[in-house]
Amino acid sequence: MANSTILLDYWPSMFCMRARVALREKGVEFEAREEDLANKSPLLLQSNPIHKKVPVLIHNGKPVCESLNVVQYVDEAWSDKNPFFPSDPYGKAQARFWGDFVDKKFSDAQFKIWGKKGEEQAAGVKEFIEAVKILEAELGDKPYFGGDTFGYVDIALITFYSWFGAYEKFGNFSIEAESPKLIAWAKRCMEKESVSKSLPDQEKIVAYAAEFRKNNL
Amino acid sequence: MADEVVLLDYWASPFGMRARIALREKGVKFEYREENLRDKSPLLLQMNPVHKKIPVLIHNGKPVCESMNVVQYIDEVWSNKNTILPSDPYQRAQARFWIDFIDTKVYEPADKIWFTTGEVQETAKKDFIEALKILEAELGDKPYFGGDNFGFVDIAMTGYYSWFQTFEKCANFSIEPECPTLMASAKRCFFLISLVSGQPLSQISPEEVQRPSSKDVKSLWPGFEAGWRTPQPRFHYHQATKPGSAKRCLQRKTVVDSVPGPDELFALAFKLRKEYGV
Repeated sequence: MANSTILLDYWPSMFCMRARVALREKGVEFEAREEDLANKSPLLLQSNPIHKKVPVLIHNGKPVCESLNVVQYVDEAWSDKNPFFPSDPYGKAQARFWGDFVDKKFSDAQFKIWGKKGEEQAAGVKEFIEAVKILEAELGDKPYFGGDTFGYVDIALITFYSWFGAYEKFGNFSIEAESPKLIAWAKRCMEKESVSKSLPDQEKIVAYAAEFRKNNL
Repeated sequence: MADEVVLLDYWASPFGMRARIALREKGVKFEYREENLRDKSPLLLQMNPVHKKIPVLIHNGKPVCESMNVVQYIDEVWSNKNTILPSDPYQRAQARFWIDFIDTKVYEPADKIWFTTGEVQETAKKDFIEALKILEAELGDKPYFGGDNFGFVDIAMTGYYSWFQTFEKCANFSIEPECPTLMASAKRCFFLISLVSGQPLSQISPEEVQRPSSKDVKSLWPGFEAGWRTPQPRFHYHQATKPGSAKRCLQRKTVVDSVPGPDELFALAFKLRKEYGV
């Protein structure tokens, strides 16, 4: 497996999409292998024995797990172009903080919207809107969370955009009404090929979420 | 211009301890400010408006939040000594993976062990031990999670090591038989050694290491119970490679200065359990 880059992947996962975006931003040739999460491959179970989850990046035979960890690794391993972080320690710390915020507050909230119903779902919508407003305030007037250039926090968050249709349909609310700035930012990110190639169409995700709700709720 | 470094913290927090250890590893002079978590200061609320939690490092007026984020920031700003994170991208990714594991799989059950009872507590104990065993397998024969050097993952775990005795007392179990490599050392934690400040243990010669008098020990750890610390023969350097990672971590002067005694932590846990009727 020398000199190879393999991504163990799952098409609707916003976490896997982060890895795809990161690799494309760096112009890395990689092989995406689609996993069947109901029947995980031996390679996945061997590469991520502790969590058994995707994404897993296998670079020259060595696995890297956890999506934001993969994004940081990609930045450091291919450091010659498109840095994801600013160069100063404070800017880096801020970026890591907001990446962590997306993973905690934003991610938990969005799951409740499409993955739950009733009171839990309503709570999810409320928390989601709260998180969106905080993120919008952090974005301010900058074109990207990274400032003038697309960076770590943008990668962490933009992949959820593919799920916005599902949130709006099942949560019965309009994200644009709550935060036009965030939608404008998302559309700006989608103009980048690394992003548009890595995210599935919103309609496909709506159908996926509908199927999940039919089978689980 | 001299650096102004302030740490908003809470003495018993394993997360706060991480920041303290990192600052001391780098020899950074800082002002420690104790927060009352039931009555958070305006400064804390202003510096961490999103989470309102400690630790917060305020460096020349600018806040850094989230404990391992703080540790990494400290490593990058004061990069001239005692490197905390490895430089190789793959090893860094491994370190970050284990931090994430610790902060989910160890933290969540640990929090339930001292603050719940009954079935919830029993399940938490099981999950906690399972997580420690995975960590112990990762540690293997290495002196530290960081390899030959006390590093990022070691700093993350040390705050939890200080709470081990409290977990055992609250949930009536013993960690050592389950995880001898990790625990055999944590049991002799807070064993004070005169170290040349800032030098890694591997660079201390046996002659430089002395056991402090019990008078010194008592003055540093109020409420210390003699029974917790088994009397030791004169410490020999070669013994440092035998006991586990926890002991090695807890013997570093930077840790000893940053981490409260186990009895103080248990007293706090006991008080909070009573207060909340656990």
